[in-house]
Amino acid sequence: MRGLRLVPEETKVNFIDKRVLAFIVSFIILSGSIITTVKDGLNFGIDFTGGTVIEVRTPEVPDLGALRQELNGLGLGAISIQEFGQPDDLLIRLPEQVGDAESAKERDSCLEHSKAEFCPASAQQVAIEKVRVTLDAKFEGQIDYRRTEFVGPQVGKELKRQGMYAVFFSLLGILAYVWFRFEWQFGVAAIVALAHDAIATVGLFALTQLEFNLSTVAAILMIAGYSINDTVVVFDRLRENLRKYKKMPLPELFNLSVNQMLARTLMTSVTTLLALVALYVFGGEVIRDFVYALIFGIIIGTYSSVFIASPVLLYMNIRRSDVAPKESEPQEA
Amino acid sequence: MVNIAPWKIVLVLIVCVLGFAYSAPNVAGDGARGWLQENLPSWMPTKTVNLGLDLRGGAHLLYEVEVGVVFKERADMMVQDLRKSLREEKIGYTRIGAIPKGVRVTLRDKEDGEKARKILRTSNNNNLEILTGQDGKTIEGKMNEIAEKDVLDQTISQSIEIVRRRVDELGTTEPSIQRQGENRILLQVPGANAEDLKAIIGKTAKLGFHLVSNTQGGVSGLTLPMLDEPGRVITIERRAIITGDMLETASPSFQQGEAVVSFRLNGVGGRRFCDVTRNNVGKPFAIVLDNEIISAPNIREQICGGQGVISGSFTVQSANELALLLRAGALPAPMEVVEERSVGPSLGADSVEAGKKASLIGLAFILVFMLLAYGLFGFMADVALVVNVALIFAILSGLQATLTLPGIAGIVLTVGMAVDANVLIFERIREELRAGRSPISAIDAGYSRAMATIIDSNLTTLIAAIILFSFGTGPVKGFAVTLGIGIMTSFFTAIMVTRLLVVAWLRKTKPSVVPI
Repeated sequence: MRGLRLVPEETKVNFIDKRVLAFIVSFIILSGSIITTVKDGLNFGIDFTGGTVIEVRTPEVPDLGALRQELNGLGLGAISIQEFGQPDDLLIRLPEQVGDAESAKERDSCLEHSKAEFCPASAQQVAIEKVRVTLDAKFEGQIDYRRTEFVGPQVGKELKRQGMYAVFFSLLGILAYVWFRFEWQFGVAAIVALAHDAIATVGLFALTQLEFNLSTVAAILMIAGYSINDTVVVFDRLRENLRKYKKMPLPELFNLSVNQMLARTLMTSVTTLLALVALYVFGGEVIRDFVYALIFGIIIGTYSSVFIASPVLLYMNIRRSDVAPKESEPQEA
Repeated sequence: MVNIAPWKIVLVLIVCVLGFAYSAPNVAGDGARGWLQENLPSWMPTKTVNLGLDLRGGAHLLYEVEVGVVFKERADMMVQDLRKSLREEKIGYTRIGAIPKGVRVTLRDKEDGEKARKILRTSNNNNLEILTGQDGKTIEGKMNEIAEKDVLDQTISQSIEIVRRRVDELGTTEPSIQRQGENRILLQVPGANAEDLKAIIGKTAKLGFHLVSNTQGGVSGLTLPMLDEPGRVITIERRAIITGDMLETASPSFQQGEAVVSFRLNGVGGRRFCDVTRNNVGKPFAIVLDNEIISAPNIREQICGGQGVISGSFTVQSANELALLLRAGALPAPMEVVEERSVGPSLGADSVEAGKKASLIGLAFILVFMLLAYGLFGFMADVALVVNVALIFAILSGLQATLTLPGIAGIVLTVGMAVDANVLIFERIREELRAGRSPISAIDAGYSRAMATIIDSNLTTLIAAIILFSFGTGPVKGFAVTLGIGIMTSFFTAIMVTRLLVVAWLRKTKPSVVPI
């Protein structure tokens, strides 16, 4: 019995020769990502901007237009209502209350000279209460509040900072590891591939205007980890081959290594994608965007480890003497 | 390769058995689980995975304590103390007042400066930073860092204590109340409704019985609104006769068909109330809660014995709530919600269902795929994968780590990536076979050569997981936890477990070709 092969036994695709094409494609993806991100910006979720999201399930499919009109009549700014997965499941977003930040300041200065009870409570909490009262009345208490998320402006700022630290330190950690484990040329090439994938993912969020929130940051870190993982596996083989085939010209040797690892790269991507697709389809609405980002990241990470990482390494002027085996490692004849 | 040390075989088998045993309570029926928990010691496999708030439903509320209020109270107290001491020592002053976190006094006579400074120093345990103005008459005492930190820590720990009492009164299970950062308190209550919690925590619940003042305004008077009569205000004496901490107990009850809160005062409070009511028969007094007047009845006769009722226009629920708040005590400072994430029970249950379904289907996809791709070896990898899932749940249950929805995604993702190690090994075996090696030597080379690569690829993902864990909050942290655990267990199962199976197969069949 022979197992299923995703790719023929021994492929001889000339990936290195296609590097110019790959660089053009990546250039378009990256510049597109950056331009879209700068131009349209990211649709930051309440994790970072502060604000309120309420998910409700109504007893019957509601008239969205009427509901919108009613809630927007409360004078709380533009309230958006969206279907969430199914028609009777609604996602209600309250804008950051006008001057919520100022009202916080006002409250602080108010507290300086009088008792807390005389100072107005957070405008956002008052707004949530108003919306609930309205919805309760409209659906006669039959409404199911599935989720309420409120993030104050201060906490939003802190979460944003934390997210940036997380991205920064994990990139630093991965960089340090690759530096320690490989020669510096490999490190640079791996980081280029990783940055490629991370920028493309951010670009995807700018393009689709999907909500960019805490779990998106987690997804990007995950993608970074996967991308490095994929690249490192190819580099491991490259290094092995550099030591093994002393005479082979570098482009040919690079091609050989990528081709040798092609079956593994695709197999692993496919199994991971199978798992993610199951999550995307059956895992529920709450994590769908998160899984969507991961799926995109796995695909782009696979592409970059094949088409970007190795060609970049070729340009890094790597020499066989750079990868001379250490004492402890067994040498191949 | 064909020889594995017996102790290694035993170790791998033990780990697998433990994995299945400790994950078993998660799939056991409620009855069986109950039996386990009652009859086995707690180190035995009795625990199940701890579901996060997003899966079981519940409230996550981050409160900020307005410590500024306490500092202001302290400053006012310092002013009163200083005023009294200066009077006792017969030191003249032209002005005295509170400044942020301190007190400022302007003396009439420069010569008294040293005396005044000494009073400030001794009456505040040397915790003041004392400054003297250029004229020598103006003296400021301000809390130093130690004093500030003391006040802060005390306020927060007191607030936590009161919040705990109030939440306990609601009868919810396993609330978690923690200090977060400098002046925040994180309250997580599984299964609770956030609105109920906010209703009882949002109130400071400062109770006071005050005499109604007969003069309008003035230093000793305080004009407060009536709770149930918008627009009407009453001026009361600033000093309270009875404060909330003099209550021994409070409970809701009925009086002439109306909901009221009855209370009993402690010894001190009872005596004082007795004295004051004796001297003020016929006059009104006000019951004040959080600077609003609940009611202002007339004192008809002397009230001794320390018992009484508070009436107002209560509903049964609001009487209940007030009694609860009075029993639990007042918060030292008001608290404000700065972050809320609450999940209703229906969404939690849906998410558990969706997570279960998605992971089972994802797992099935991968099991079938590996079988198709690598045949017998794929089957061995599948066995390892199932052990892996069992180990993840065993560790989660044992550590009592919290499983969130992104955490489930983390498990599914590691399941997808767990086979990576086997893919690396199997592809290497295929290559070595193509290079003309014998089965045993190809398999041997496959395992040993793939090793370095497997370590590299696992470590990079582990780094990402660790950093996510240290910076992430809530659900994202849950993702990092399962991802990290999954990477470590998969490292064990993909290498050790499959190796054991492969060796057993090699010994038994002594194959001349490898079906891979």
